[in-house]
Amino acid sequence: MSAKTTNIMIVGVGGQGTLLASRILGNVVIRQGYDVKVSEVHGMSQRGGSVVTYVKYGDSVHSPIIDKGEADIILAFELLEAYRALPYLKKGGKMIVNAQRINPMPVITGAMEYPSDIEEKLAACVDLTALDALSLAKEAGNIKAVNVVLIGVMAKQTAIPYEEWIETIKATVPAKFLEVNLAAFDLGYKL
Amino acid sequence: MKKLLLGNAAVAQGAYEAGVHLVSSYPGTPSTEITECMATYPADEVFVEWAPNEKVAAEVAIGAAIAGGRAMTCCKHVGLNVMADPLFTDSYIGVTGGAVFCVADDPGMHSSQNEQDSRHYARAAKIMMLEPSDSAECLAYTKAAFDLSEQFDTPVLLRLSTRVSHSQSLVEVGEREVHPVKDYEKNIPKHVMMPAMAKGRHVFVEERTKKIAAYAADCPFNTVEDNGSEIGVITSGISYQYAKEALGERVNYLKLGIVWPCPDELLRSFAAKNKKLYVIEELDPFLEDTCRALGLEVMGKELFTLLGEYTPAMIAKAVMGEEAPESMTPADALPARPPVMCAGCPHRGTFYVLKKLGLTVSGDIGCYTLGAVAPLSSVDTTICMGASVSAAHGMAKVKGADFAHKLVSVIGDSTFMHSGITGLADIVYNKGINTVIILDNSITGMTGHQENPTTGKTIRGEATRQVDLIKLCAGLGIEHVTVADPFDVKNFEKVVKEETARDDVSVIIAQRPCALLKSVKYSGVCEVSEKCRKCKLCMKLGCPAISLDAESGAVRIDPTQCNGCGLCVGVCPFGAIEKKEGN
Repeated sequence: MSAKTTNIMIVGVGGQGTLLASRILGNVVIRQGYDVKVSEVHGMSQRGGSVVTYVKYGDSVHSPIIDKGEADIILAFELLEAYRALPYLKKGGKMIVNAQRINPMPVITGAMEYPSDIEEKLAACVDLTALDALSLAKEAGNIKAVNVVLIGVMAKQTAIPYEEWIETIKATVPAKFLEVNLAAFDLGYKL
Repeated sequence: MKKLLLGNAAVAQGAYEAGVHLVSSYPGTPSTEITECMATYPADEVFVEWAPNEKVAAEVAIGAAIAGGRAMTCCKHVGLNVMADPLFTDSYIGVTGGAVFCVADDPGMHSSQNEQDSRHYARAAKIMMLEPSDSAECLAYTKAAFDLSEQFDTPVLLRLSTRVSHSQSLVEVGEREVHPVKDYEKNIPKHVMMPAMAKGRHVFVEERTKKIAAYAADCPFNTVEDNGSEIGVITSGISYQYAKEALGERVNYLKLGIVWPCPDELLRSFAAKNKKLYVIEELDPFLEDTCRALGLEVMGKELFTLLGEYTPAMIAKAVMGEEAPESMTPADALPARPPVMCAGCPHRGTFYVLKKLGLTVSGDIGCYTLGAVAPLSSVDTTICMGASVSAAHGMAKVKGADFAHKLVSVIGDSTFMHSGITGLADIVYNKGINTVIILDNSITGMTGHQENPTTGKTIRGEATRQVDLIKLCAGLGIEHVTVADPFDVKNFEKVVKEETARDDVSVIIAQRPCALLKSVKYSGVCEVSEKCRKCKLCMKLGCPAISLDAESGAVRIDPTQCNGCGLCVGVCPFGAIEKKEGN
């Protein structure tokens, strides 16, 4: 591989707000002067399917997608999706996981079982931060703010200063949701 | 200032900067956001509309360009099939103001019914095609496409793919150029395509292709990157970005920004400088075939798949023999998570009833295609926009009345306006026995909530006249048109039974708005009480909020998924599901 980039993968279930998370991330890294590419998923998968978004930044970014074994950080909005994304994590990479379970249709219909003890299995092989982001989002005032809670947790683990994140959220999020999102970010950041 | 822009938004910005006067499109993933973004520019500078289908949209754009304006139409790959008819002839007519046809392919079929390669259209219709590889190029190429269109008197195709359309990268945004609408001139030999005139224009088209090929041999869009290697890579679009990441400066590149017509001399001279040549392109061997036709020795599809999307790792392996980095694998078999109809989706009521009645369902394109997925498993066929109506007519004619009484078509309001009306006219005219269910959810759903002729609003959200589906069906000569709420399951079942029993054509308008519309406000959540007898009837709804506890066999409703639509309350025969207000 050529240029060295930092690769972040955001995974979740369609409708969970992964797009906003990737946009905040993209915008915060531009402010640091990096080249950046954000690859999103629109359309059919947004209807409750698995969704994957890639954020890559560095001096120069070519491919907008991340291959297996190349993600530095995986931000997962749901347990099974975190587990599914495992092959994409680099050796020694970090995983930040919202420990929420959302049953996919094959589990609902009884055709398959939801894998047990995902959190424990991930903890055994990766640098894992698992949290109940749903409760923190509720605490911030809106269960849809799970995305920004997780961004807060991740922000704490980067070298980008707190104020940069706050300014980015202010510039990215619609004014009427700003208060909730700033509260959600702080709850994640201070975890 | 550099901005992070989606490829589609950058195309819109490029068109805006080029002074575009009119954009007419029909939504289709991954192209939709281009036209949505266009509608964010001032209405007095650019007229933007959702047309009922791609053919209409293309004709609107062609008319605007003949009249002297700069015009654009945007579609997904299968939308290009719908607009192919005007496209092929517009190639002969050419333009007065610049005309750009933007098409977004979907390798990997993230949201499509096939994986076609639109580059073939450029060759077949003899229309120049540009292909950008990131957002900055999306802007620059779109802007240039209008100038090239006027320079060569041709419509220009701009080809995108999902990863270009839906990736954000940095873009330098500029000012809008002023291009007044040119004077209209009557020009029968150029604008009236009947045999005598078209013969003359065909001569022009062949000459034009030669001129464009000569231009393409030495233009800023086709670039050679000489890294002093003995290996050469011929590529374009997103494949260039993948190759660049995988191979870096270890190879030389010929990056084609104009993918048709291909400049023969440029290919030959690049080939002459490299000992080994690879063609890297997703989907079909389009550039590869061009190289082989010139007698160049290249490696392409013997190393790379015809299917799906490529990745840098795939390219590093094929060209350099490099293995992907080690990766971890989950120890369990993971259940897939296919897309599903949302909690509260009005289509769920419809498909529950159709499944219960055991009907054959001729399906169509939209969120309701998901009616084919377990446990509803109701839809029998999905072909293309509008085919639910016409294909059912064909089925009924060969199978006879008994089959027809157990057959329905399902088609959304937007898809019906797109190309369902003509199929329905065919059934009426040719004495068909068919029941067509129009799933009227008051919006174009799957592509992300676009207005259409039945919603009463324009793309800019202004109030406008609304097509009345009942009067439209009556006007087609249909005597039995019934409006029914698919969440009133008992009545809906009764209506479907009655209408399918007729030896005639009938229409049921299943009316209930999409649950994701802001105007739809369900409240509370549904809960299962102790009255539950574990009959699992509610499980047949395929609602993402309702699941079965594997150990106890009890039905459980997830309050974070339930939106309180109450469909399951009406389905439960024991009154065991109750809606609790609050929260």
